[in-house]
Amino acid sequence: MNASTTLIYDSSFNGFLTAVFVAFDEKISVADIQKNGRCQNGLFSETETIFTHVEKAKRVWNGIRNKSHNAISNVYFAFLSETEGVEMLLFDYIQKLMRTQNGKYLDYSDSTVLHISQLARKVGREKHRMEAFVRFQLTKDNIYFANIEPDFDVLPLISKHFRDRYADQQWLIYDVKRKYGIYYNLDHVEMVSLNLKDIHHNKIHKSDAFVNGEYEYQTLWNDYFKSTGILSRINPKLHTQHVPKRYWKYLSEKKEAV
Amino acid sequence: MDFDRVREKLNILADAAKYDVSCASSGSDRTNKTKGLGNASKMGICHSYTEDGRCISLLKILLTNHCIYDCAYCVTRKSNDIQRAAFKIQEVVDLTINFYRRNYIEGLFLSSGIFKNADYTMERLVAVAKKLREEENFNGYIHLKSIPGASDELMYEAGLYADRLSVNIEVPTISGLKLLAPDKKHEDFTKPMLKVKNEIVRYQAERKIIKSTPKYAPAGQSTQMIVGASGETDKDIMYSATYYYKTYQMKRVYYSGYVPIADDARLPAIGSQVPMLRENRLYQTDWLLRFYGFAVNEILNHEHPNLDMEVDPKLSWALRNLHHFPVDVNTADKRLLARIPGIGMQSVQKIMDARKFRRLNWDHLKKIGVALNRAQYFMVCDSRHWERRDLDAEKIKGMILQTSSGQFRNQYSTQLSLFN
Repeated sequence: MNASTTLIYDSSFNGFLTAVFVAFDEKISVADIQKNGRCQNGLFSETETIFTHVEKAKRVWNGIRNKSHNAISNVYFAFLSETEGVEMLLFDYIQKLMRTQNGKYLDYSDSTVLHISQLARKVGREKHRMEAFVRFQLTKDNIYFANIEPDFDVLPLISKHFRDRYADQQWLIYDVKRKYGIYYNLDHVEMVSLNLKDIHHNKIHKSDAFVNGEYEYQTLWNDYFKSTGILSRINPKLHTQHVPKRYWKYLSEKKEAV
Repeated sequence: MDFDRVREKLNILADAAKYDVSCASSGSDRTNKTKGLGNASKMGICHSYTEDGRCISLLKILLTNHCIYDCAYCVTRKSNDIQRAAFKIQEVVDLTINFYRRNYIEGLFLSSGIFKNADYTMERLVAVAKKLREEENFNGYIHLKSIPGASDELMYEAGLYADRLSVNIEVPTISGLKLLAPDKKHEDFTKPMLKVKNEIVRYQAERKIIKSTPKYAPAGQSTQMIVGASGETDKDIMYSATYYYKTYQMKRVYYSGYVPIADDARLPAIGSQVPMLRENRLYQTDWLLRFYGFAVNEILNHEHPNLDMEVDPKLSWALRNLHHFPVDVNTADKRLLARIPGIGMQSVQKIMDARKFRRLNWDHLKKIGVALNRAQYFMVCDSRHWERRDLDAEKIKGMILQTSSGQFRNQYSTQLSLFN
């Protein structure tokens, strides 16, 4: 009997795909796939450290994509959910997917498939929320700056949306929780890490990093927000359902409510 | 920008525009090709929500609230004593661009009171859209109001710059229109609608031959009806909605519960409740017609001119048509699955996909997301347990109401409450 092995990878998506490649290639019976630094050895399993290999990762990516476009986006989205144990779930999903003939693996009565599609949907919702709730503030260096704190690691997913939309302005979106950002320099988007002294909540106090007109536009927007609501239809429950409270501190229209 | 002056105008003119419920930004595929500003999102994005829970996706304002008409239901009617204001064209452009760049909005929804005459007003609306598109290289969403009675030439031009055009017919019956808006004729509303529809059809035909045909109102047309202002039945509303969907190929018809704003004997008094539940039931019906394959006369007809407020329209249809049920989810076709109360279109698709692999039981359906508290009386699946009792409609309805809760339940409950 083969002893089962725990694979350790560098917590990047490419690293995970490389681990999948190695597992398939060497026919390893996988006990678990874990991020380095957060690993926990099993009692009866060996460990193997995976070195990220872009070529290998690409082969797995293409392999899944050739089966189904839907599947590859499900895998990527679910991976970004950073849920604990998602790696094994994904590994199981990929194994099942690869066994099918036509790649139409949509068995929602299977708990893995249903779980993956639910995770992917959660991340998709967060992506959509971030496309909505990012609020740029214009800095004195003429960069539109926003900081966010998404539930999942969605920056890689929203970068295209913002690049297509704001092609003629420099912008920077910074993930406060994961401590990295994406910056568009009028040509392409790059990853940046900042030494951010203070997080720019939409507090009452004003920062001098921004241009003078910035707070005027925020005031106009807050006014607009207020005057467009109809008081006789007020429905706070529905409101917080659509705009959950954890996002309020970054939304200038909610600054009085925070 | 004169900040204080713009702020004052914005407050007045946004306040006056808020009764327009449409705030959709979906359906347009305008793309940013020239490294300009903006890229329409096909699915639309709601950037915030008002405290009444409605989506804020567009900067929704009037160009002016001066108006020559005196429609009883309208807050900007001539005889109403309110503050009046008007934006300059450049002010609207600046606001839109600056809000858009900060990712507050998807675009502009520009409406207006009618000053001087219809064409004069429409011309100004078109000028704003033109300036945004041609001078600012703006590819975001623009929704313009078609002013009733505007000429065909202007409507044609409007469609070249706007993503969506809309005329609000507001009052679903012609008799109601005569009563509440005596200066307006029904034809004034339908003429611009017809022109825009014909142009959309023409442009679509041309695109099939020449791929580079410019866009013409890619997100189509919409309209709005006020609910509960002129004593119309649900049947009146839904039949006229169906008419507008068919005749003018509307993308959406909106239903807006009337918010009392005037002391007028023809209208509900100030302070009376906004019919939000009724509005909700109308939207549910609208969805059943557009996505679930129902015909309007199945839901509303001579015997049932109004919707049941206690249960949703699909359940209420099912209760009247118990002879179609129970349905076997493992064999029934898509059309029939969609008619089971408690199963939405997403669940229908999941069931269709999943049942190729194995026969589904209650457990699977629950995980997929079917609302079993309603669905269980109308279906059978791979299980020996199903509703075997010979229950009549009243009984099923009672059991469903008992095991569920509703936001508006207290408004129509016939049960006496014990403690107040």
